[in-house]
Amino acid sequence: MDTVTPALRLDTRRPTAIAVLAMGGQGGGVLVDWIVALVESQGHVAQATSVPGVAQRTGATIYYVETIAPDRSGRRPVLSLMPVPGEVDIVIGAELMEAGRAIQRGLVSPDRTTLIASAHRAYAVSEKVVPGDGAGDPAKVYEAAQAASKQFLAFDMATIAEQTESVVSAALFGALAASGALPYPRAAYESTIRAARLGVEASLRAFDRAYAAAETERRSPTAPAARPSAGSVKKKLPVLGPIGDAAFDSLVERARGLPEPAHGMVAAGLARVVDFQDVAYGREYLDRVEAFAAIERQAASASTAFPLTCAAAKQIARAMAYDDVIRVADLKTRGSRFERVRSEIALRPGQIAYTTEFMHPRIEEVCGTLPAGIGLWLESSPRVQGALRRFVDRGRRVQTGTIGWFLPLYLLAGWRRFRRGTLRHRREAAHIAAWLDQANVAATRDIALGVELLEARRLVKGYSDTHDAGEGRFSRLMAIARRLEGRADAADWVRRLRQSALADAEGRAFADTIKTVESFL
Amino acid sequence: MAERSFAKEVEDLKLGDGQEFRGEGILAITKALLQSGVGYVAGYQGAPISHLMDVLADGQEILEELGVHFETSANEAAAAATLAASVMYPIRGAATFKSTVGTNVASDALANLASGGVTGGALIIVGEDYGEGSSIMQERSHAFAMKSQIWLLDPKPDLESIVSAVETGFELSEASNTPVMLEVRIRACHVRGSFRAKNNKRPSMSLVEALESPRRDTSRIVLPPASYVHEKEKVEKRWPAAVRFIQERRMNELVPGDIGDVGIILQGGMYNGVMRALQGLGLADVWGTSRIPLYVLNVTYPLVPDEVVGFCRGKRAVLLVEEGQPDYIEQALSKILRQAAVPTVLAGKDPFPMAGEYTAAVMAEAIGTFARHWIPDVLAPEVRASNAAPALDEKHVKGLAEAVPPRPPGFCTGCPERPIFAAMKLVEREMGPHHVAADIGCHLFSIMPPFNIGSTTMGYGLGPASASAFNVKAGKRAISVMGDGGFWHNGLTSGIGNAVFNKSDGVVLIVDNHYTSATGGQALLSSRATNRSRSTQHAITTAVKGMGVEWVRHIDHTYDVGRVRDTLKEALTSRDAGPKVIVASSECMLNRQRRERPLFAKAAKAGKRLVRQRFGVDEDVCTGDHACIRLSGCPSLSVKHTADPLKDDPVAAIDNSCVGCGNCGEVAEAAVLCPSFYRADIIVNPTGWDRTVERLRTAVIGFLQRRRDRRQLRLA
Repeated sequence: MDTVTPALRLDTRRPTAIAVLAMGGQGGGVLVDWIVALVESQGHVAQATSVPGVAQRTGATIYYVETIAPDRSGRRPVLSLMPVPGEVDIVIGAELMEAGRAIQRGLVSPDRTTLIASAHRAYAVSEKVVPGDGAGDPAKVYEAAQAASKQFLAFDMATIAEQTESVVSAALFGALAASGALPYPRAAYESTIRAARLGVEASLRAFDRAYAAAETERRSPTAPAARPSAGSVKKKLPVLGPIGDAAFDSLVERARGLPEPAHGMVAAGLARVVDFQDVAYGREYLDRVEAFAAIERQAASASTAFPLTCAAAKQIARAMAYDDVIRVADLKTRGSRFERVRSEIALRPGQIAYTTEFMHPRIEEVCGTLPAGIGLWLESSPRVQGALRRFVDRGRRVQTGTIGWFLPLYLLAGWRRFRRGTLRHRREAAHIAAWLDQANVAATRDIALGVELLEARRLVKGYSDTHDAGEGRFSRLMAIARRLEGRADAADWVRRLRQSALADAEGRAFADTIKTVESFL
Repeated sequence: MAERSFAKEVEDLKLGDGQEFRGEGILAITKALLQSGVGYVAGYQGAPISHLMDVLADGQEILEELGVHFETSANEAAAAATLAASVMYPIRGAATFKSTVGTNVASDALANLASGGVTGGALIIVGEDYGEGSSIMQERSHAFAMKSQIWLLDPKPDLESIVSAVETGFELSEASNTPVMLEVRIRACHVRGSFRAKNNKRPSMSLVEALESPRRDTSRIVLPPASYVHEKEKVEKRWPAAVRFIQERRMNELVPGDIGDVGIILQGGMYNGVMRALQGLGLADVWGTSRIPLYVLNVTYPLVPDEVVGFCRGKRAVLLVEEGQPDYIEQALSKILRQAAVPTVLAGKDPFPMAGEYTAAVMAEAIGTFARHWIPDVLAPEVRASNAAPALDEKHVKGLAEAVPPRPPGFCTGCPERPIFAAMKLVEREMGPHHVAADIGCHLFSIMPPFNIGSTTMGYGLGPASASAFNVKAGKRAISVMGDGGFWHNGLTSGIGNAVFNKSDGVVLIVDNHYTSATGGQALLSSRATNRSRSTQHAITTAVKGMGVEWVRHIDHTYDVGRVRDTLKEALTSRDAGPKVIVASSECMLNRQRRERPLFAKAAKAGKRLVRQRFGVDEDVCTGDHACIRLSGCPSLSVKHTADPLKDDPVAAIDNSCVGCGNCGEVAEAAVLCPSFYRADIIVNPTGWDRTVERLRTAVIGFLQRRRDRRQLRLA
C-alpha cells in the first residue's frame, strides 16, 4: 500500500483568517453571520466556527472565520477550525480589553494583522468590585496594539450603536468595510445587511457612521494624548471667579490669595461646601485650607505645584460636605436632578417618567439628624430606641415624583438651616478637626506626609456599614501614621496603606501592609 | 426550545436530492439522521448538541410525515435506554448527549445495549466537550467505547465527512450488531459549511409495526447464561465483522504523499489542524494535498491492523496525532506493530503533550519537531530553524498582563439567580460562612466573584447528594444548591429522596428558572409555558412534598432579596427535623426577554399604554465604594469615571441594557447600602389622565424647586 508518488507540486495560496473576540451576548455571532454571507455573496468560500458553550453567558468568546477564492477544479479547501497564532489577517475586538486579549493570545502580528476594536469599555467584575479604582489601563492596550499590529483601527463603536439604536456588530462591520482588509466593495457589505432582513435600517445607520469614523481614524489616527487613559474622563476644574453673589464673591476674592496652582480645586471645593450648607460654611472651609497653604508657603522644600494646598482644597471639601440625610434629600429633590434622570434614562418626548428611591433610614440616621442633645439622649435610651426602631428601621420606596413623597423630602432638605446643631454635624466637625490637627502638625515637619494624611480621607465613603468600615480603616491608618511620623519614608508608607485599603473590600491587602509596617515599627 | 424558533433550520431539514445544505455541523448531523431512515431519536440537551434537540423539537411535522419519533429524554441514561428499540427490531435509532458527562450517566444503559447487541442500527452521537470553551472535566469518550465494545467514529470535521459518518455508521452498526458512537467536537458541531443533501427516508420498519407485532429473543437479554455468550460474541463475531466492514467500505482514508519514508496517522477530527500545520511547514496545501502520506482514522475504535501495518511498513517513522489521554490508540498501535514485527518508529505523545487540546500552536510545534527530526532536508531553511514565537515577548504586549482582566462567564443582565446569591451573601454576613454544595447549571457561576459561594460540584443534579456526608449534628447546616434542570435529571431521587430517607437535616435550595437555561433554555416538566408536544407545569414543590419532605418553602419571586434571606435564615435555624427545601422561582431573564421584548415593541407601536422600568444611579449621591457591585456583578451595573474633581474613585452607573429586574434596589434596601439607586418607571403612550396628573405634579414640585433655587446658592 506504500504509494510511490512523484514530488507533488503544492498550491501556495493561503486562506484569509478572521478572528472575532467578543463577550457573550454582545452579538459576535451576528457579525460572523454577516461576514460569511458577505464572503459567499462575492463567490468565495467561507468556513466559520466558534466555541460559545457557557461563555455565551457574558464571558469572553472567540469566533473564527477562514475564507478563500474557490479552486477552478472544484476541490473543497481544507480550512482550519481555530486561529493559528501569527497567521491571522483580521482580528476584531468587540470591546477594547478583548482586543487586548487577542494580542495576548498571539493572534495579532505586525506583518499581517489588521486589528479593529471598539474602544469602549465594559468593565469585568474583577475591575468593578474594587472599592477604589480597579479599571484596567486602556493606554496599555493602545501601546500593545500599535506595537503588535499592521493596521490598528479603534474608536468607540458602542456609542455609535447606542445613538443609532443598533448593535455594536453593525458598527464593527462598518469599520471592517472601511479598513479595506477584505477585497470587497462597500455596497457588498450593505446588501449583506439588507439581505439579513433584521433591523436593517438601524444597522445601516450604525454601519454608515462607523464607516465614516473609521475613514477619519485611518486618515488621521487619534493622537495618544486624546486617547482614553486610566481614569479616563478629564476632571473638570471650575474657574475661581465671581458668580454675581456679593457674599460668595467676597470668598472668591479671598480664595484668590491662595497659591495659584490650587485655584481650580479650591473653586470646586468652595462651591461644594457652600452648596452643602451656606456662605459662612465656605468661610470655615477657606480658614482650614489657608492654614495648610501657610505651612506650604513657609516650607523650605516647597514645590511650585503646592500639592499640600491642593490636597487640602479637595479633601477638606469632601469631608465638610459629608453625605447626611439632609444632603441626600436635597440632591434627590433638585430640579437639575429631575432633568439629569430624564436624559440618563433616554426619555423620549411624549413619555412620562417617575422615580422611586430605595432608602433605608436606620435609627442612627434619625439620631444624627436630631439636635445634638436629643440625639444623644435617644442613643443612650435603648428602650425608646427599640420602640422607635419598629417604625423607622425599614426599607422605604420613596416616589419622589409624587407630591405626597416629594414634600417630606423637600422639608427634610430644608432642615439644613438647623444642620449645625445636629448630632451628626457635631461628630463630623470633631472628626474633621482631629484629622486636620494631625495633618497640620505632620505637614509642618514633612509636607509629603501632610499630603498623604489629607488624601487618606479618601477611605471615608459610602453609607451605613460601608461608611463605618471605611471610617474604621481611616482611623487605623491615622493611628499608624502617628507612629510613622519622623521617618523619611513615612509618606510612602501612608500612601501604600491608603492604596491597599482601597484594593479589596475584605481588607486583606490593608492587613498585609499593616503587618509589614508593624514589622519595622 | 421554549422562547426561540428554529423554523428556518427546520426548513433545511426538508432539502432533497442534490440540493446544497448550508449550516452548522450539528444541524448537518440532524439532516443526515433523516436521510438514513432513522426511526426514532432520543437525547438530553447540552452544548454542543443542544441545537440538534432544539431543531427536532421544532420539527415535529416533518418527523410525523416521516414517521420518526423524537423524545426529549429525562436524562442521558433514559436517552441511551431508548436505543433498546433497536435490539429486537430492525429499526434505526439515535441517542445524543454531551460527553463525557452525558456518557457517564448513560453508561449503564450503553453497557447493557452493547452486551446484547442490536439488530437495527444504533447510533450514539456524543458532543465531545473537550478543550477551549469546555464546561466539564477533561476526559475522553474513547474509554466508554473500549470498555463496552461500542465502535467509535471520529470523522474529519467537515460536513461531507460528518454526514457520511452518520450514514455508514448505521450500516456498520447493523453489519456488526453493535451500537456505534459518533464523536463530534465542539468546533465541528459549530462549524458552518455545506454538503449535497439527499431525500429524507422513511424508516424501513415503523415503531407502530414493531409495537403491534412484538418479538422477543432471550439470547439478547443480559442474564446468564446469555451474558457470557455475549462477551464471546463480541470478540469472535461482532469485532471481526466490524473490522471487515470498515476495511471494505474504506471508512479510514489514505492520503498519498511523495515523502514515503515517513507518515502521519491521525484521528479524523484532527485532520484540518494537521493539514494547517503541514501547510505552515510547506508540506501541504489548502486543497488537501500533502507531501507526507496520511492515514486518517475516521474510525478510532476498533483499529484495522492490516491497514495500520500496511501504512507503517517500510517507513522510518510514523507520527500519531491522538488528542487527550490516556493514549489508548498509541498503546494499541504499538502492540499491532510489535506483533507484526514492523520496526517503524512510532512517535506520538512525545512531540505532542500528553494532556490538553491540540490547538493550532500545539499542532505546529509538535508536527514541526517531528519533521525537523526525520526529514530536515525537505524543509525550507526558515522552517528548519525552529519557528520563532509571535511577538509575545514585546514589552508593551507583556504589559497587557496588568491591564486585561479575566472575563469568565457569569449571570446575565437581570438574571433571577443573582438575587438568590446576593441573599446568601447577606446570610453569610450575619451567620458566617456555611458549607455550600454546588451543582451544574447557570447557578454554578456563584463560585466566581463577586459571590464566591460554593465548595464542590459533583455532577448534574448531585448537589444535595454531594452534601450527604455532612448529615451529622453540628452548629451549622450544610446548604446544597440544585437547579430545576438537575432536579428533574435525577436530583429528585438522588438528592431529595436520598435526603428524606437518610433523615438529612440539611438545607436544599432549588433554583427554578422555568427552563434548563444553561443548555439553551429548553422546556422541562416544571416549565410554566404550555407546550404543544410536551406536558409541562408540574410544580417542583409538589414533587418534593410527594417525596416526603415536610419543610418546604416556595419563593415565587427571587428578586425579593429580603424574603430569600429570611427564608434561608429560617431554614438554617429551624428546629424541625428532616431536609429543609427552598424552591426559589423566577423566569430566566434571557428567555423572558426573548418572549417579551418583541411583544412590548409591538404594543408600544400600537399606541398601548405601557410602563417600562429601568434602574439608575444618582452620581452625586454615589460615593464610589462599589458595595452594591460586590452584591451583584450584573453586566448592566458598572462603574464610570466622573468629571467631579472631588471624586477620586469611579461611581456606580447603570447602562441602557438594564432590564429593570429590581435586584439593585432590593439589595440596596436589604443590605442597607446607600440611597443612590433609583428606579425609573417610564410610561410609554401615557393616557390623557396620566398627562393631567403629571402636569399637576410638575406644577407643584416645580414651584417648590424654583422657590428653593431662588433662596439658596446652587453651585454643584
